[in-house]
Formats: sequence, structure tokens, C-alpha cells
Amino acid sequence: MKLELRFFASVREALSCDAESVDVPAEVGTVGALRDWLAARGDTWSRALGAGKSVRAAVDLDMVGADAPLHEGAEVAFFPPVTGG
Amino acid sequence: MTTRVSISVQSEDFDVSAELVALRADDTSIGAVVNFVGLVRDRNDGAQVSAMTLEHYPGMTERALEKIVAEAAQRWSLAAVRVIHRVGTLRAPDQIVLVATASMHRGDAFEACAFIMDYLKTRAPFWKREDTPAGSRWVEARESDDDAAARWDTPGTNA
Repeated sequence: MKLELRFFASVREALSCDAESVDVPAEVGTVGALRDWLAARGDTWSRALGAGKSVRAAVDLDMVGADAPLHEGAEVAFFPPVTGG
Repeated sequence: MTTRVSISVQSEDFDVSAELVALRADDTSIGAVVNFVGLVRDRNDGAQVSAMTLEHYPGMTERALEKIVAEAAQRWSLAAVRVIHRVGTLRAPDQIVLVATASMHRGDAFEACAFIMDYLKTRAPFWKREDTPAGSRWVEARESDDDAAARWDTPGTNA
């Protein structure tokens, strides 16, 4: 399944990456599974997205929880808790 | 009641007085206008802050703000709402955010303004990075902001 990834704020800086297209295995069906799959890519990814890190996610511009389903072509964003206003 | 809504995410500054005049427009049913303006402070968490840079998620930010305002318009009787949030690099005492609400009576305008700010702080994708003498750092989200937003979840608060 092809996904468009976006990273913001401290997550973007930690990864030195703001966007990426990925093709994930079929078993990566939720936001939480995608986060685990990305964290397993190596130390940098684990430090930015691993368990215990306070990271939020959005699918197609809506903030969602870890069990949110993914779909072909979805835009999935990871970022820290928001601090506007 | 149909609520007039205007939302802007911009780098430019804004004129609060002109915005409030525009909010009222020619609607003589409006009896109350409430507004909140957020400013850049020159200190935060014990450090001097020389500048602050606001990052956002284009597209999602506008959509999140629209949803927050739509929810406010469902809960309270509102004639008009104006939200402006700035992005980019700002310095004390620059204006960051304006939330303005107009209604027949002050209760609706006060509560809706507070609700929109509380939800904006926890649901709209903006992030602040501040420059201090020790270097630059991301502003951490505060639990107190979550608590402030959570108070609107309590049944019966939408008077």
C-alpha cells in the first residue's frame, strides 16, 4: 500500500525529513502499525517515533488515534502535541 | 442561526479594531463582541525569549480551525466568528492569534471564545519554537491546556 508521509516540528527535525512516499506491507493496516514499522527502520527513526515518544498523527488532514485504519494513497502525518495560540 | 465565519492563517499582522468592526458588519442584532488576543512574551519557562517561530500544517490547520468553529457554532448562538493565527517568526510583543465572537448576548460570546481558544491550543496543528540565550527549543505542550479543553467535554457545559 502506497502512503504519503509528512513530518512536522520536532519530529521533522529529528528525522531530517519533511515528506516521503512509502510502500508498506499489507499487514501495516493502522496508524499505530505504521508508526511501529517506521520506528523499526533504525536508531534515528526509533528515537523520533518509538514507544514512549509523545507523537500525534493525522490521516488525510484529520487528527486520529493509533487504531485509525490506513488506505491506499493516504496522507499520514506524524508530529508532536500541538502548541499554538 | 447562520454564523458568519472567517478564518485566516497568515504571516501578516492584524488590526484588532478593524477586525471587530468587520465582525459586527451591519448586523444590529449583535449585542456582544468578545475577543482574545495572544501575544509573544519575552520570557517562558524561566528563559528570556528573543524570538518565536510558528510552524503549521498547511491544509490541515485551516480544516482543524473550521471544525472547531463549527462545533462552537453548534453549541452557542453566534452571529459571527473571526479567527486569525499567524505563522513564521515573531518577537515580543507581536500578536500571535485573534479569536473574536459576536452574539446577541454576552454569555454565548464569552463561552464560545474561550472554547475556541481551548480547542485551538490542543487540536490545531501549530508548533512554537523559541529562541533563548541557551539556543532554540520547541515549546512543549502543557497538560493544563489539555485540562482546559477537557472541561468542555463535561455534559451540561454547553449552556
